[in-house]
Order: sequence, then C-alpha cells, then structure tokens
Amino acid sequence: MTVAIVGAAESDLGVTGKSILTLQAQGITRALADAGLSLSDVDGLATAGLSRFSTAQLAEYLGLEPSWSDSTFAGGSAFEMYVARAVQAIEAGQCSTVVISYGSNQRSARSRSLGGVQEAHIPQAQFEDPYAPLFPLSYYAMAAQRYLHSYGGGREWLAEVAVAAREWALLNPKAFRHEAGPLTVEEVLAAKPVSSPLTVADCCLVTDGGGAIVLTSLERARDLPKPPVVVLGYGESTTNASMTAVDDLLRPGSFASGQTAFRMSGLNPSDVDVLEVYDSFTITVLLTLEGLGFCKPGEAGELAASGRIRPGGDLPLNTSGGGLSYNHPGMFGLLLLIEAVRQVRGECGERQVPDAEIALAHGTGGIFSTHATVLLGADR
Amino acid sequence: MSEPEIPVDEVTAPWWEATRERRLTVQRCRACGRHQHYPRALCTGCGGTDLDFADVSGVGVVDAFTIVHRAPRPGPEVPYVVARVRLAEGPVLLTNLVGADPGSWRCDAPVRVSWRPLPDGRHLPVFAPADKD
Ligand SMILES: [Zn+2]
Repeated sequence: MTVAIVGAAESDLGVTGKSILTLQAQGITRALADAGLSLSDVDGLATAGLSRFSTAQLAEYLGLEPSWSDSTFAGGSAFEMYVARAVQAIEAGQCSTVVISYGSNQRSARSRSLGGVQEAHIPQAQFEDPYAPLFPLSYYAMAAQRYLHSYGGGREWLAEVAVAAREWALLNPKAFRHEAGPLTVEEVLAAKPVSSPLTVADCCLVTDGGGAIVLTSLERARDLPKPPVVVLGYGESTTNASMTAVDDLLRPGSFASGQTAFRMSGLNPSDVDVLEVYDSFTITVLLTLEGLGFCKPGEAGELAASGRIRPGGDLPLNTSGGGLSYNHPGMFGLLLLIEAVRQVRGECGERQVPDAEIALAHGTGGIFSTHATVLLGADR
Repeated sequence: MSEPEIPVDEVTAPWWEATRERRLTVQRCRACGRHQHYPRALCTGCGGTDLDFADVSGVGVVDAFTIVHRAPRPGPEVPYVVARVRLAEGPVLLTNLVGADPGSWRCDAPVRVSWRPLPDGRHLPVFAPADKD
C-alpha cells in the first residue's frame, strides 16, 4: 500500500471546559505541526459526531474546501473506516493530504445518557426500548453473560482486562487514571454492578478529548520530518443495529474485519507487535481478541488472566491505558490510531513496546454494530 | 411512572393487534417459509414481499440476559432483567424476564411467554420460567 500516516496528536483530554470545535482545532493544528505540514496542504477531511453535516461544518471552520470528505457515522469504528477510505481516495488521486479528526466535550457538557438516543421510527423503539435496556451497555452485558456461560469462566476474566488497562495507564502521564494507583481484580469484582455481569469498573471512562491524524502518499511521507507509518491493510464489517439481529453473540464482526485486514496485508496475528483494541467494556476486548485471531474462541479470558496483555507481556494491548483508564471521549477510535502510530514511531517513553514495528488498531461502534481493523507498520 | 407510548407502523400493526388478545405472532415469508422478527416490509431470507403473521408457541430459551441496576429513564423499578429469548420457531426477541428472582436466571433456561398490559389495551410479551403457570 502506498499511503502513510505522517502526523498524529491528541487535543486536550479529561475535563477540558472547552467547546468541541476548539478541541477539534487543537488536535488538527497539533497533528499538522507533528507532520510538518500546514492547513493549506489539506484537501481531504473526515470527522464525525460534530453536527448533522460534520465535515462541512468542520471544513468551513478551518477555512477549507476539501475535494474529498467523509463523515460516515459508525460510532467508535468510524475512524478506522476513514483510514481505509482515505487510502483509497489518495491512491485514486481524489485528494493528496487527509486529516481525520475528532473532538468531544461530553464530560464537561454532561451530555452522556445511559439510555442512548433512539429515534421513534426505528424498529428498536417498538421492540426493544419498552424493555428498558441500557444502551449500549446492556447488549455488551448480555454478550458477557453468554461468554462466561458458554466458556465456563468467572467475572475475573473480564476484570483482568480492566486491571491490565490500569497498569498501562500508570505508565502514561496523559491517562485520566495515571495517578489512581493500580487496580486489582478484587476491586473490579466488588465495584457497583450496572448491568450484570458488568460493573462500573468494566465500563470505559466518560471524558472530553479528541485528536487528529494526517495521511498522505508514502512517497511524500518520506520527505516529511517524522518516520512514516504505513497503512498495510484494512477490513470492516457492519452487522446489526438492534439487540436481536445477530444470532450468535460470541461471533461479532471482528471475525470478518480482521480476516480481511490480515489477508490484504499478508500478515498474521503473530506478526503484530502491539494491539490497540476498542475497550468500551471489558468484554469487548475478549471477543475482539478472538475475532481477530489472537486466540481461539473461548480462550481470551485465560489469555487476559495470564498477564500477556499487561506491560511486559508478549501481547501488549491498549498501551495508552485504553478507554478504560486513559480517556474515552464518546468515541475512542481515533485515539487508538494515535497510540498505534506513536508505538510504531517509538515515541511512547515508559510505555513503549520495544522494537514495535507492526501495530493493529481495531474500532468497534454501537452495540458490536460496526467493526473496522487497520494494520500499520514502519516503513521498511 | 408514565412510560412513553410505544409507536406502531403499517407493517407492525398486525403484530401489535394480536397482543390485544395475548397472541404472540411472528412474521412468516410466504415464498420461502422463513420466520423473522421484528416485522419488516420484506423477507431478509429471500427478499420476498409477500409476508403474513403466524401464531407461535410462546416457548423458548434464554440466549442471554442482564440484570439492570440503573434504569435508563424514570419508570422501571430496578433491579429488572433484560434478555434475549430464542423462540422455538427460531427468531430472537428482546424482552424482560419475570416470575423469578433476578439472580436465579441462567442462560439456556426454558421460558414461556407472559403478558404485561399496556395502558392502550395492547400487551407487551415478557417471559417467565417455563415450568411455572
Ligand atoms: Zn423469504
């Protein structure tokens, strides 16, 4: 593939007191500075969650008239999808330099709701909302219940994911839980239940935040200041909107998206040095590890419990601390990509995975609704 | 405690009408015989548009469930159980499990339909342990 990520940066994170557009502008200007490029170089733009016409709104705010834009709304996986579409647009010559950005002030604005937002004209309003599930939490909770039942595990399997995320966050000064001290399995098990078997400690944070990445052709990337991070493969799968459409809760769309991305890149899971996997909830990680082929179905609980995903393990996962302990500004997909880029560049300080050359970022949106996998690598 | 009125449309109206008589139905494709839920204007199996509604047995098994401890809106009294129930005829319904202690439910438990009256005369299908009448 001939397109690379050349810039990556976060906006302010945590509790910012800033507007969404300010956070967007921060991420974009910082990512362009990181890339050694300027706003006038940008002719492609992708974002979501800003407004009804997200890219038009943002382009206007930046003073741009892009020749390519994408605001596909697919929840947390949208940003991995944008990488795929940006590669295609650059390779097709529709644009040369793409910014993918995101910003949310949901914690400062207190705009997060447990019920989510459902429109009256969709079938879920008739056939699901009357039963008062938490959205999206109750769906993940049902998947977790089925997982533990089918594979004979206990809640410790889930808790291990949150414990590992905290260990990584302790190594990342930007993590929301950086100063919080270690988390134990016992603490996760004793946390307040919200939608069983998931407790508050199984759920991602609610924070402000955002960021941006910049993509351009690999040829041009080689003349820019930072080492290019090449897009090696991608895949996606869209499976459901309601809580009943998927027949088997234990076979989410990551099985398909991962297979497509690995086939395209010619890589195998054993080639991956570092994983950035959407961790909306602890169960999301277990099922995604199985979907992507890092273990067989039913084995991810033991894998997490073995310590392999913690710092020092051979399957370093969510090295920023993840949505569970680093930041989760409503949609986490872009922050997964930013951390993957930094790991491949070797910029991660204390939490750096030694000699990381191949990174995988996997976004999950909605209620295991949308899945997108991106494989990134150093320029070799 | 006022729950929002549940919407209905031209495709789903017969399904909701049947609940006035406490009859559980599932949409059936007259071309390929497939059962599907929720009702749609086409069959997801063959794309056919000639569909009707068939009465079903009302028995099934719990595919998965969750005990909800914080309601998403005022009204439902916590804790309550949200579940996916797989009907004997195949389709999966979202529902509430009732008639047993929330902590006693297990995946794969056999269940039978029960009815929760709605203020407008319709009923909402919920599920209770199959061995309970
Ligand atoms: Zn049919």
